[in-house]
Amino acid sequence: MNRYPLWKYAIILVALLISALYALPNLFGESPAVQVSAARSTVRIEPSTVTRVEQALAAQNIQSNRIQLDANSVKARFDSTDDQLKARDALEKAFNPDPSDAGYVVALNLLPRTPSWLASLGASPMYLGLDLRGGVHFMLQVDMQAALQRRADVLATDLRTLLREKGLRHGGINRSGQTIELRAGDAQTLGAARDLIRTQFPDLQVTETADFRLVGTISPEAARRVQEQALKQNITTLHNRINELGVAEPVIQQQGADRIVVQLPGVQDTAKAKDILGRTATLEVRMVDESMEAQAASRGTGPVPFGAERYPERGGQSVVVKREVLLTGENLTDAQAGFDSQTQEAAVHLTLDAKGARVFRDVTRENVGKRMAIILFEKGRGEVVTAPVIRGEIGGGRVQISGAMTTVEANDTALLLRAGSLAAPMEIIEERTIGPSLGAENITKGFHSVLWGFIAIVVFMCLYYALFGVFSSIALGFNVLLLVSLLSMLQATLTLPGIAAMALALGMAIDSNVLINERVREELRRGASPQVAINTGYDHAWSTILDSNVTSLIAGIALLIFGSGPVRGFAVVHCLGIVTSMFSSVFFSRGVVNLWYGRQKKLKTVSIGTVWRPDAQNAAAKAD
Amino acid sequence: MEFFRIRRDIPFMKNALLLNAISFLTFIAAVFFLTTRGLHLSVEFTGGTVMEVAYEQPADLESVRKVIESLGYADVPVQNFGTSRDVLLRLPVQAGKSSGQQSEAVLAALKAQNPAVELRRTEFVGPQVGQELVTNGLLALGLVIVGIMIYLAFRFEWKYAVSAIVANLHDVVIILGFFAFFQWEFSLAVLAAVLAVLGYSVNESVVIFDRIRETFRRQRKMNTQQVIDHAITSTISRTIITHGSTQAMVLSMLLFGGPTLFYFALALTIGICFGIYSSVFVGAAMAMWLGIKREDLIKTSSKTEGDPDDPNAGAVV
Repeated sequence: MNRYPLWKYAIILVALLISALYALPNLFGESPAVQVSAARSTVRIEPSTVTRVEQALAAQNIQSNRIQLDANSVKARFDSTDDQLKARDALEKAFNPDPSDAGYVVALNLLPRTPSWLASLGASPMYLGLDLRGGVHFMLQVDMQAALQRRADVLATDLRTLLREKGLRHGGINRSGQTIELRAGDAQTLGAARDLIRTQFPDLQVTETADFRLVGTISPEAARRVQEQALKQNITTLHNRINELGVAEPVIQQQGADRIVVQLPGVQDTAKAKDILGRTATLEVRMVDESMEAQAASRGTGPVPFGAERYPERGGQSVVVKREVLLTGENLTDAQAGFDSQTQEAAVHLTLDAKGARVFRDVTRENVGKRMAIILFEKGRGEVVTAPVIRGEIGGGRVQISGAMTTVEANDTALLLRAGSLAAPMEIIEERTIGPSLGAENITKGFHSVLWGFIAIVVFMCLYYALFGVFSSIALGFNVLLLVSLLSMLQATLTLPGIAAMALALGMAIDSNVLINERVREELRRGASPQVAINTGYDHAWSTILDSNVTSLIAGIALLIFGSGPVRGFAVVHCLGIVTSMFSSVFFSRGVVNLWYGRQKKLKTVSIGTVWRPDAQNAAAKAD
Repeated sequence: MEFFRIRRDIPFMKNALLLNAISFLTFIAAVFFLTTRGLHLSVEFTGGTVMEVAYEQPADLESVRKVIESLGYADVPVQNFGTSRDVLLRLPVQAGKSSGQQSEAVLAALKAQNPAVELRRTEFVGPQVGQELVTNGLLALGLVIVGIMIYLAFRFEWKYAVSAIVANLHDVVIILGFFAFFQWEFSLAVLAAVLAVLGYSVNESVVIFDRIRETFRRQRKMNTQQVIDHAITSTISRTIITHGSTQAMVLSMLLFGGPTLFYFALALTIGICFGIYSSVFVGAAMAMWLGIKREDLIKTSSKTEGDPDDPNAGAVV
């Protein structure tokens, strides 16, 4: 009765092999590496890049033990961190001769030393969370209200342009909050404007009021679209900014409807990271108001005229600009510092998208000789980055700002402009920095907790339950193996709470074996034959084990659903641990027991420690 | 080896009333401390910034405190964290200043005073996130309670479900009471531990209830109190051994896991200790007061009524 059919042993063997194979990469450790990847979408990483890396390293006499090319980067491994640092400098020089215009990201990295035959099977070590490897974690909240407001602004401007083109006279268009209000003089204008909006502005829902006004609000679908786009654009912008930092494996992902999580493993210079990410800037291009009143206002000698606003300029003066927004950071695709091709003056080169290019052409054609201002809004405060004079019509979307600028200023401006192309302002709502030494310490601490707990349990089980304790311990060891290989396969992030969950999972997994062993002892105590005792022991313990694991799983799933951050890391391992423990402590340990005892037909005793019988001792007492 | 050489059923339920009274008083005390002292919530819930810095020499907390005060923070808790060289600071949220600026400024000031200081970690949580965590924590607790009750009501009967949940909530409240009384920091990890305890110590009640059901079927002459005593007696060795094993693991975390896992392990320790007690004296006693009967269970599994020795009659330990 205690024999498994062959297929059950086969399952155990296969599970053992697969889990050993996939847990294996965790043993190899990591080697220091330098990673070269593209900083701009125009830069390609090709097989020729590998040759360039090899040449650059050879020129500096640095030995790399493996250079590999993958989807979007070239990675070179080194024996020591000294070599790694030297190689970083060499590669930085070779790939980015002009630091202000870096085409490549050259970053330090730690790569798993997984042998290639294992890597080709898709096996890789567990993915360690930031608390174990050090780095920075940010959660950013995108201000969707502001995104919608800006969208309404753009719509209002477009509407004005359209009505002017159609020659429709109206009493003014105002935006308040997220609504646009159009004042029409009479019923006829109202009707015409309404029809125009209906056909040309599908994003607006309009209602009419009694006194010939049209109130437009952004339709729900459009609002949703705006929010999605805002989030996407912000993620792209963050990607670009992070490229400036040179991080090997940044994680930038959406969380929920309006949040972005950024994780920068291994980043040491946290201040710079925070500085670059924390810039919650948006960019607007407006015309400078050059009326007499406005000029007086900019000197501070008069009130700011209606329809204009005053913003300080970098350098101390202030500029009065019109309310109307011509372009936003949304239309700006790139800003780079460089030089004017004719005068060799420092300059900033801007690239606009199609819509931006069109608007820019119209604006520059109509306003030759006037000034336009580029304003950067950071946390609600605007600052004029630059206010150049328009020299002539600029088409094609390539804009150059030059004159009275040093190279450093040009660099700063370019950086600010790039930074400004966020679709909506963001705010850091959660931030975690873990120093690299703390990360390493956390690994050691977590590992020791699991190790000593495991040893304590194994020693106790072997002493108390003898051979059955050994079986239980083997099953527990198998559980660790299963858990580690599952985590490696899923590439779920392992954090310190995750390691704690692993320890707890082992502590709870042994519960099942104790249940079984106690039950087998009890059957023996009642006088059952060893084979029967093993069989009924396992069978009857099963439903209890199932019950208790289900209740634990309920708690685990609740944590998984509602937990975030560290709790989630705990919950993932907790739930996996419960599932693997059912397999290892029941199915697997039974297999081991069957293998050992199942063949022996005339089994007289089983080694499960002392089976104490009250009546036996009573009998002995009577005999005395 | 055999630790438990028990000849006769131990009359656990004889003193149930007294023990329940003690439980009730502990419970009231826990609730009292929770309401008067409140939990010392970590920044994850309250919002704010935590900084951990390390010195090469044992840190002089007084001078660190002075530096922080000179930056305009009043009443900032400055304490050792793990070792005497590590210092933990908690900065409240400051309007108009980003967390980055806050921690940079503090670090710069500390560096000026002692250049050997090293930043180990910072953690900033905005107030809106904290609010969410509180809500999610309560929702998780609710889901666990409801989920377990439904499962137990389905597997046993509503009286058992209610008793198990009361026993385990009693544990949870007592853990929280400990955290309130000693003003230990209640962090997200502790919350995870509390919920894990909830799932874990229900096991305990499940094992005992399983055995109660079994005994009802096998021992038709025993009355309810004797059945419960018998069930607890026959499962007590398993109870102590499994809790001992789990506790060994938790103890290892408590000793080797460092300060980050300390309160997590502490919450588990309290949970495990009270888990044994509560499932025996609170859970089983509650079930007794609620009046569990043989008929309740036999009715739900009419199939096995005629055969008390049916091997499929449910789990026994």
